[in-house]
Amino acid sequence: MSFESTVAGPAMTAPPTKKPAALARGSAHRANGLWPRLRTIALALVVPVSLLVLWDLMVRWTGTRLIPSPFGVAVMMWDFAFGGIYDDAYSGSLPIHFWKSVQRVYGGFILAALLGIPLGLMLGRIPLLRAMLDPMLSLLRPIPVTAWLPLSMIFFGLGPKSAVFLVFLGAFYPILLNTVFGVKSVDARLFEAAGMLGCSGPQLFRSVVLPAALPSIFNGLRLGASFAWILIVVGEMTGVPEGLGAVIMDGRTLSRTDLVITGMIIIGITGFLSDRILVMLSNYFLRWSPQHHA
Amino acid sequence: MLDATTNRDAPPVILEVSGLNKVYQASNGPVEALRSVDLTVRKGEFICLLGASGCGKSTLLRIIAGFEEATQGSVGVYGCEVRGPGPDRGMVFQDYALFPWLTVRQNIGFGPSHRRVASQEVDKLTDRFMAMVGLTAFADRYPHQLSGGMKQRVAIARVLANDADILLMDEPFGALDALTRAALQEELIEIWRTTKLTVIFVTHSVEEAVLLADRVVVMSSSPGRIDQDVEIELPRPRDVASVEFNRLRRSITQQLTSHVGGGRKVAATADS
Ligand SMILES: Nc1ncnc2c1ncn2[C@@H]1O[C@H](COP(=O)(O)OP(=O)(O)OP(=O)(O)O)[C@@H](O)[C@H]1O
Ligand SMILES: [Mg+2]
Repeated sequence: MSFESTVAGPAMTAPPTKKPAALARGSAHRANGLWPRLRTIALALVVPVSLLVLWDLMVRWTGTRLIPSPFGVAVMMWDFAFGGIYDDAYSGSLPIHFWKSVQRVYGGFILAALLGIPLGLMLGRIPLLRAMLDPMLSLLRPIPVTAWLPLSMIFFGLGPKSAVFLVFLGAFYPILLNTVFGVKSVDARLFEAAGMLGCSGPQLFRSVVLPAALPSIFNGLRLGASFAWILIVVGEMTGVPEGLGAVIMDGRTLSRTDLVITGMIIIGITGFLSDRILVMLSNYFLRWSPQHHA
Repeated sequence: MLDATTNRDAPPVILEVSGLNKVYQASNGPVEALRSVDLTVRKGEFICLLGASGCGKSTLLRIIAGFEEATQGSVGVYGCEVRGPGPDRGMVFQDYALFPWLTVRQNIGFGPSHRRVASQEVDKLTDRFMAMVGLTAFADRYPHQLSGGMKQRVAIARVLANDADILLMDEPFGALDALTRAALQEELIEIWRTTKLTVIFVTHSVEEAVLLADRVVVMSSSPGRIDQDVEIELPRPRDVASVEFNRLRRSITQQLTSHVGGGRKVAATADS
């Protein structure tokens, strides 16, 4: 597992490269007609559909019993969601597993945002705080989040709390670092402008620092949310009866690869949808900034 | 302050700069940006600070604004020592420095709405100054949807709505094309006349200085200091084609170039 190392990667904290306005307008225009939109969807489907076909062919050709065919996974997915086919412990249990995981992911994620954003705003603006906390945070940051698993099990016991803690840790750093980065890259003129208009002290945080750092904060939130989904699986792999990560772990012990793949696909789709929600929020809150429309 | 008491008819002194020195501590040694600068500005005056690039015009303006600390000397507004930026001195930056996340209306209302002015009152103020700079139709646009000239109008209205006494402008029209610049110069004079503001306007264009100012303060460089203080007594509106205008322009240009010396040309002479 190498994903932990990317938490601290500088590339992950950089803001999105600016898209030329003309280019953005061009693509918006292209997405207007019905035919062009169909074309976009068709193009996006080419690779996944070919992979599905390839998967199916390979399963038939090798005759393996370790990997189910795409159709087998589809049946499993249906049963997992609605039941009525296998009628085992997993039939129709998607809602409960899904709901548990979503709660833990967003619990940890929201906790990370509630702590990471204000702390980042202050770290970016208050040198004293930075001098006190920066060295410690930089030392803790390279430790892979999964390495905290044993300790977190001692702190929080075997169970969901431990998973939430891991999710929190995973989401916290990208949110914090991007917020600090956003604050530090605010144009100094804007602080001068605010100062000469009579805005200072705590008002400055709400009226200038927060909105100016918002593009970067949303970057951090998106990264944080994706790490949260990664870490929920790790967090739920031990001592949690319900959750998508637990389902994948069970599938492994029971040698039910169809269940494993079903869990993977559902996590993938959910992670994607949760990112789209963040993008929608970001587009709404950053409507003043032509560069930050994703 | 002395002059104010000796001369009863003259308007009161609003700004007093005395013995100002400024040394920047750059990484490759200290840079002396200003040396013993004295400047007295009376209420309602339109002052242009003129000088070659790097002579310390921006530094002087930023110290007056309170963005930068002087190494020595003092700046007083109505006799009170300046210790930081304040709403009595409004700055108009060359690169506008509008808040990109606020609409035109919100940018103009920024100052009043941070001073616990009732929101109806803020709306009235904003409407008034939006109309003054002719941007009522663009009230709900964001800065990135405006042209440079429109942005600078917002920046001016933002300072006016905040009820500043002194308008500090650092090459405010430097980034604009000639036509827009001429239009804004005219609007600025009109605003200055109706609001009775005090204006300190930095430029390196002799023509702009002679067109706008009551007094042109000529600075020279290394280290930056005040060299000449020229009263412009031409009647307004001023005609750039008139003989007197061009005589003044030529003599100020000569003073400027005499300091730079030799073959090096000052930016001012390149101005059309
Ligand atoms: N932050 C700084 N650190 C070090 N030196 C500086 C700093 N700001 C300005 N200087 C130096 O001080 C001198 C005066 O600079 P200033 O910006 O005031 O000139 P200016 O008259 O506004 O020039 P221009 O017409 O090009 O805007 C220059 O030599 C400049 O290099
Ligand atoms: Mg300058």
